[in-house]
Amino acid sequence: MSELDHAQTTRHISVTVNGTVYERDVLTRTHLGDFLRQELGLTGTHLGCEHGVCGACTIILDGQPIRSCLMLAVQANGATIRTIEGLAQADGTLHPVQEAFWDKHGLQCGFCTPGMVTTLAAVLEADPTLDETAIREAISGNICRCTGYETIVDAALQAASRMRGDH
Amino acid sequence: MKASAFAYHDPKTVQELNSLLGSLDNVRILAGGQSLMPMLNMRYAFPDHVIDINHIAGLAEVVMTPQGLRIGAMTRQRIVREHPLVLEHAPVLAEALHWVGHVQTRARGTIGGSLCHLDPAAEQPCIAALYDAVLHVSGPRGPRDVAMRDWVMSYMTPNLEPDEALLGLTLPVWSAQGQTIGHGFHEFARRHGDYAIVAAAALVSLDAGGVVRRASIALAGVDVKPVRLAVAEQALVGHVLDQALIGTVSAMAATIEMMEDAHITPAYRGRLAQTMTKRALSDALNRATGGRNV
Repeated sequence: MSELDHAQTTRHISVTVNGTVYERDVLTRTHLGDFLRQELGLTGTHLGCEHGVCGACTIILDGQPIRSCLMLAVQANGATIRTIEGLAQADGTLHPVQEAFWDKHGLQCGFCTPGMVTTLAAVLEADPTLDETAIREAISGNICRCTGYETIVDAALQAASRMRGDH
Repeated sequence: MKASAFAYHDPKTVQELNSLLGSLDNVRILAGGQSLMPMLNMRYAFPDHVIDINHIAGLAEVVMTPQGLRIGAMTRQRIVREHPLVLEHAPVLAEALHWVGHVQTRARGTIGGSLCHLDPAAEQPCIAALYDAVLHVSGPRGPRDVAMRDWVMSYMTPNLEPDEALLGLTLPVWSAQGQTIGHGFHEFARRHGDYAIVAAAALVSLDAGGVVRRASIALAGVDVKPVRLAVAEQALVGHVLDQALIGTVSAMAATIEMMEDAHITPAYRGRLAQTMTKRALSDALNRATGGRNV
């Protein structure tokens, strides 16, 4: 198209990411994953396929795990976002899912890990009673090419147990 | 950033949406984004204007009306799947949504988006066909209703003018005095969450003697649009539903003309259609009889 109105191609947005409020002017065609990585420098969110298949770019938006490549940054105006960088506590204490990935060797190359961990953190915080079948279903939209998934499922089961308060 | 340049609009009312649709060319409507965003990222779609309907109030409501269960186009699949009215009046829709995508895509994806994208193997249009849903359309010339049987014009093409939008749909849900309703939904896909190769949905209403008073069977993945098995439905009505009848009727699913692609032969689709129909009807029987005919 020849003439594009600046107001329709650029918007001012305010988003809360990992507890920090960010205000930025964004090109409306920028997807949320690129915004997090390129505008905010939060490169923990990985971009794999950028068409919604691999799950690496999963973030937690207003409590729900979503694919950040399938949403425009402008649509996140006013939203509260958690990324992989925001899961550990300020003192460095890992999230139970992160700790379990460490204990159970739930990663090899690590590319899918941010998406796996954010997905599992979101679903287990909502319901730590999920069994193995439900956990496998929950990560069915996250592709891992290294682990064969077994150690990831082991990690998720350990995290679920800790989040329920079992020991 | 990969999408080509577009002007972004975010109307707050249906009136504003209608006026944008009436004045702009080469528009794509952005609902949940789970199909359009990949197309934008990969530049399969390069609209001049994107109209984001996420900010329009009232498009994500689920209510019972005298005509049936009305579901707003912007209702997220996650919400539909768990909604008490859906679970009570149209549980087969909730069951079908179990097969749709993944937790991350159901959190954003909408029922209206699926009905406009119209993948031939998609589950939600299959359920709309199962119920003879009515689709509620809005545009600059005012609202109109479209029956599901008239909704799919051709491959992935809904019965929408370029300046119209889908606002919601009504499922005329079933209920009948003295009858019990059972449902079933089964599909086969290579990976969980993929579109089905073939999916089958079934609804039966049985009287106290186990005789079928009403039946509906819909298949997805066999043609460019969901297919109702009218002959099989007629063969069920008036007869006691048992495994022998289910076997006879399911065989009819294999006899319809199947589409063909590079990966799946029509013969294989036919076998899947038969098996999925059999499983869906068996579940429907079990549910209608409270498991007495397992």
